[in-house]
Formats: sequence, C-alpha cells, structure tokens
Amino acid sequence: MCNCGSKDVLTPQIGVVTEIRTETSDVKTFRIEKPEGGKVFDFMPGQCAMLSAPGMGEAIFSITSSPTTKDYMEFSIKRCGEITEYLHAIEVGQQIAIRGPYGKSFPVTTEALKHKDLIFIAGGIGLAPLHSVIDYMLANRDDYGSIDVVYGARSKEDFVDYKELSEVWPKEKNTKVHLTIDKAQEGWTGNVGFVPQFLKDLKFTPDKTVLLCGPPIMIKLCLAALIEMGFAKTQVYTTLEFRMKCGVGKCGRCNVGNKYVCKDGPVFRCDEIDELPDEY
Amino acid sequence: MLKINKAKWAELFAALSAQGTLYLPAEVDGKVDFTVWQDGTEVNLQATQTAKSIKNVFFPQIENLLDFKTDGLKLSVEQRMLPEEDTIAFGVRGCDVCSFEVLDKVFLKEPVDAFYKARREHCTIVSLACSAPDETCFCDTFAIDATNPGGDVTTWLVGDDLFWQANTDKGKELTEKIQALLAEGDEAGVNAQQKATKEIMAKLPLADFKIDPKIPAEQEKVFNSAIWKQLSDSCLSCCACTYVCPTCHCYDVRDFEIDNKVERFRCWDSCMCKDFTKMAAVNPRVSRLERFRQRYMHKLVYFPENNEGTFACVGCGRCLQKCPVSLNIVKVAKALGVAKDV
Ligand SMILES: Cc1cc2nc3c(=O)[nH]c(=O)nc-3n(C[C@H](O)[C@H](O)[C@H](O)COP(=O)(O)OP(=O)(O)OC[C@H]3O[C@@H](n4cnc5c(N)ncnc54)[C@H](O)[C@@H]3O)c2cc1C
Ligand code: SF4
Ligand code: SF4
Ligand code: FES
Repeated sequence: MCNCGSKDVLTPQIGVVTEIRTETSDVKTFRIEKPEGGKVFDFMPGQCAMLSAPGMGEAIFSITSSPTTKDYMEFSIKRCGEITEYLHAIEVGQQIAIRGPYGKSFPVTTEALKHKDLIFIAGGIGLAPLHSVIDYMLANRDDYGSIDVVYGARSKEDFVDYKELSEVWPKEKNTKVHLTIDKAQEGWTGNVGFVPQFLKDLKFTPDKTVLLCGPPIMIKLCLAALIEMGFAKTQVYTTLEFRMKCGVGKCGRCNVGNKYVCKDGPVFRCDEIDELPDEY
Repeated sequence: MLKINKAKWAELFAALSAQGTLYLPAEVDGKVDFTVWQDGTEVNLQATQTAKSIKNVFFPQIENLLDFKTDGLKLSVEQRMLPEEDTIAFGVRGCDVCSFEVLDKVFLKEPVDAFYKARREHCTIVSLACSAPDETCFCDTFAIDATNPGGDVTTWLVGDDLFWQANTDKGKELTEKIQALLAEGDEAGVNAQQKATKEIMAKLPLADFKIDPKIPAEQEKVFNSAIWKQLSDSCLSCCACTYVCPTCHCYDVRDFEIDNKVERFRCWDSCMCKDFTKMAAVNPRVSRLERFRQRYMHKLVYFPENNEGTFACVGCGRCLQKCPVSLNIVKVAKALGVAKDV
C-alpha cells in the first residue's frame, strides 16, 4: 500500500469502460466512469488524459466528451500501434487505468471565444478534442455566436460520430455542419475534396474565430488557406501533437522551445506557435 | 568550528552509516565514484570529481513506481511505498550540491514528484569543499563557491583534519549524533585553504569563461546558428554526456511483465537518443543535429527562460572529461559566441 497518503503524479486511478462504439474501421469511442459511477476527474474541453495498457505503457488521448456531461468521459481512439491495439481489443466492463487531466483547454470561458462566431475545422481523428468544445458550447448555447463545423474524412465511413454530425448538430440553433470526403463515392451527395479548398469554397468571412485540429499537414494547409482568406493567426487555435510520457512537464520529451506541449499545450494560438523554434 | 582527525574517520563513517545509508566517494573499479559505504570501502576524499554525479540518490537510474494486477475484467493499481530510508550524501562538491537545486526546480514544481520529494527529504547532504579544482572545472561561471559548498553540513579537508560545520537543522541533528567523535577546531586552516583555492581557481583554464545571461533572449538567433551542424557532425549519440551530467533529468516510463503482474518503472532517458521523440508518423527531432541542439538549448536557453535565469549546468566539467569526441557545453557556448570574455 501507498504510505502517508501521498499519491505520485504518475500513479493512475481506476476507471471502468461502460460503453464501446465502433465509429469507423479503425476508430472506436470508449466511455469511462469510476467503478462506483461518475466521472473519474473534472476537466475542460481540449484537455487530455493518459490511458494505460498494462504491460505496454501509456498514451495520451483527448477527452472527446463535454465537461458538462456529469457521469462519464469519452475517448475516440484510432487503432495505430501497440497501446491503441490493446484498447481496441478490450470489452465493456474492463477496468482501465487513467490519469489526468493534462494540458491547457481551449479558452471557452474567456472573451477569446465567448460571444464569437466560430468555425471548427477537423480532419480525421482531429475531431476528438473539438467534439468536446462543440458539445460544451451547445450546452451553453447562448454564450457563443454562430457555429460552423467543417469536417473532412477519407470516405463517408471514416467520419467519427457520423450520427451526431448528420442528425444532432445541424438541428441546433445557429449551427451548421459541412462535411467533405477525399474521393467521390456512391450514395454521397455532399462535398468532395480536401478541407483547405473546401474552406475557400465555403467563403467564410474573416471575422470569425477558428479552432483547427487534424494531422500536421492538414493544419499547415488549412492555416495557409485561412490566411489567404484574410484571417489573422491570432484568430486561429490549434493543437500540437508530441510523444509524451509524464504529461506534467518533467520527463523532457514534448518540448518545443521552452514550452511543454503536455502542460503548456496542447492548445496553442497560431501566433504563439510562430514564436517557438521551428521544431514541430 | 568542529573537526575530526583522519585517525577517527573509520569511526566517523561507521557512526554516520548507523544514521542512514551513507553514500561517499570511493575507489570503485579503478575510478572514483559515489558508493554505499561498508566496512572496507576505500574512501577517497582527495579526488575532486567523481565519474558520475550523485543524482541517483534522489533520481535512481531505475525505479519501480507501481504494480498492476489484473483479475478478469478487474484491474488494480498499487503505488510502491514512497522511500523512507534515511540517507547521507557525504563528500558532495559544490557543483553537485547546486545541481540538486536545479533538479528541485523540475521535480518539486507542482505537480510534485512524490518519489523524488521523499528521497530528498530523507537525505542529509554533507558537502566537501574543493581545494584542488580540476582543469575542467568552471563552477564559478554559475557563481557557485566551491570553497564553501553548503548543504546541510559543510566539511573542509585540511591536512589530516576534516573540518565540520552544520548549516541547517538537519545538519545540526546529524552533528549531535556524532558529537563524541568531533573536537573543537580552529578556523584559520580553513580560511587559509579557501584563500589558496580561490587563487588556484583564478588561474584555471576556464576561469574567465562566462555565459552571457542575455542568451535566452536571443533564442531565435542561437537556434538557427550554423554551429549546430558543425559540432553535431561528430557526436556519436552515445548519451554519455547526459548520464554523467548532474542536471540532466529526462526520463522514460516503461512496463515490465513478471509473474502475473506488471511493474511500471521509471528510468533515465536521454534527449540525445534517436527514438526519444519518435511518434507514429513523424519525429520532431529526427536528426542528430536537432537532438544535439535540444540538449544545449535546454541547458542554456529554455531552462533559464522557465526558471528565472538559472542555467541547467553547474560547471562540474564531467561532459568535458567524458565525451569520446570532446564535445561539451563550453565548446558549444564558445562556438555560439554566447560565452563572454573568452
Ligand atoms: C495531445 C495529444 C492528444 C491525442 N489525442 C488522441 C486522440 O484523441 N485519439 C487518438 O486516437 N490518438 C490521440 N493521440 C495520439 C496517441 O497519444 C498515440 O500516440 C497514438 O494513438 C499511437 O498510440 P500507440 O501507442 O497505439 O502507437 P505506438 O505503439 O506508439 O505506435 C504507433 C506507430 O509509431 C511507431 N512508434 C511509436 N513509438 C515508437 C518507438 N518508441 N519506437 C519505435 N517505433 C515507434 C510504431 O512503429 C507504430 O507504427 C494524441 C496525442 C497527443 C500528443
Ligand atoms: S553540462 Fe557538463 S559541465 Fe554542465 S553540469 Fe552537465 S556534465 Fe557538468
Ligand atoms: S558524450 Fe559526446 S558523443 Fe556522446 S552523445 Fe554526448 S556529445 Fe554526443
Ligand atoms: S510528456 Fe513529459 S514533459 Fe511533456
């Protein structure tokens, strides 16, 4: 047993997986609660948690559910290596080790986002952190202006949370969802093409604030498109992805310049990233 | 001031070791390094620098953190007991004493590392003043006084006498326990030694080596300097520099499966190592140049930016002695042109 009640920063808590949804061929969403019920810890949208695969180690994941959900947290996880392989193989009822919350959230409670018209831009699994923000804002709908969600995936089958995207969010007040897939496919009547071009086609006016998450190359191209459209980097928030071990700014693994992505990020405003050495 | 003659050191070490596990510099496999004292240990208080630093007393090279046990769908986590063993770090030079303050800024900053904190609290530091600094020493660059190295107790070796001065409550407590062995001593010898040592230090090859405190402000220029390529070309990525360095603290967390349970342990890692930042699709520091630059940028720029100007180097000179291809922080600082007055 642990002596003197002193829990170390690296010691996780126990949660239990209470629901697993298959989103796409390689993404599943996991619901996690305390064994006795309730959320394992509180967090804000954009924050992350370390999940353990005992015997293999830990990896960090964005919490994709909203903080306003009282009873559980959810994670959308793409199968791509050892730890995610393990997670994809577990069943409902499995107990799991979890620690967090880590990192800075999107500034949802400040004037940076409050009462602003917002565009969410996501590619692939990049919807995970934004999903939490969107649900949080929908739960506090009057605090925010218009919401446009632009989401790209390889094919229709690769959208995470497709039901919510197509049936729930578009019915919310002042909320639009714009989907695009890489290549035309049968039965798809929506847009075909990559996200950066789609943004230009949608002709957004540069008075909005942008939250952008996805693979690094998509982030770079979308940012370039936004700047072409007249947006300033101070209007765009994004997340950086680095290999992480501790999650608390000590193990030395995830720094860009003097910033640790685990503790000072993963959310950054794009002009803040410009000030860092070009190493991300 | 108190003192103890060489004739009684064996008794001193036995008495200290009765108070806690006693680490001190001794002959180990043909070199001088910190080791746990036992009867027969060949203590060496003459050598100025031990091969490795003594950071492992607080930050062991490998340390078990917790155990996982699985039983069907059930999982339990049991954190290992926080260390409760009392320790004494004896014969620690001024540079290494200061390195603990650098490590504290990492591990004791919120959220606190409970294992490090417990080890730190259970350790009494008995420092040893330098009288014969090595040619590779440059602690003075960081305003460290090797002739008055601090810690819980300071000692000076003058002739055959070890002079002893308690600085803190912890130091006084330890002193009381061994009071019977100590005699009253005269400060004159210590003062003369301090003066002589300072004269030697003023003539050391690196005596004038100073790092410009303004360099963190020139991050961009330093980051883009052409010297990184020139210098890193010969680096072997052997990581020796990070292992011997008292202030390096990168770590890895790994799991080990043993009889039906999983142990999670922490171990030293190195930012000089190729896979350190490797991710699924990309590696932000894929080249040796980027990793070499990271180590020195961290010590000279990033760490001071985050810690009120404190550099993550204490001038111990170990990297100057141990790098197989003679790369080191002095060479880097000089090449960058951030060294002053050289
Ligand atoms: C802030 C943040 C948020 C994140 N959020 C999410 C999220 O919401 N959903 C999600 O799915 N993912 C997320 N990730 C990514 C996640 O943390 C994992 O990195 C990713 O899922 C891969 O996990 P893995 O352990 O299964 O893969 P790994 O087993 O690490 O392997 C992935 C691939 O990388 C290679 N590789 C990785 N490390 C090494 C190494 N040390 N040596 C050799 N090869 C290696 C392997 O060859 C393999 O092909 C996030 C990452 C960050 C930093
Ligand atoms: S960088 Fe070199 S001189 Fe500085 S503390 Fe580390 S090993 Fe010693
Ligand atoms: S000791 Fe020298 S060769 Fe080895 S990693 Fe350090 S700088 Fe490179
Ligand atoms: S993950 Fe350890 S410093 Fe960020």
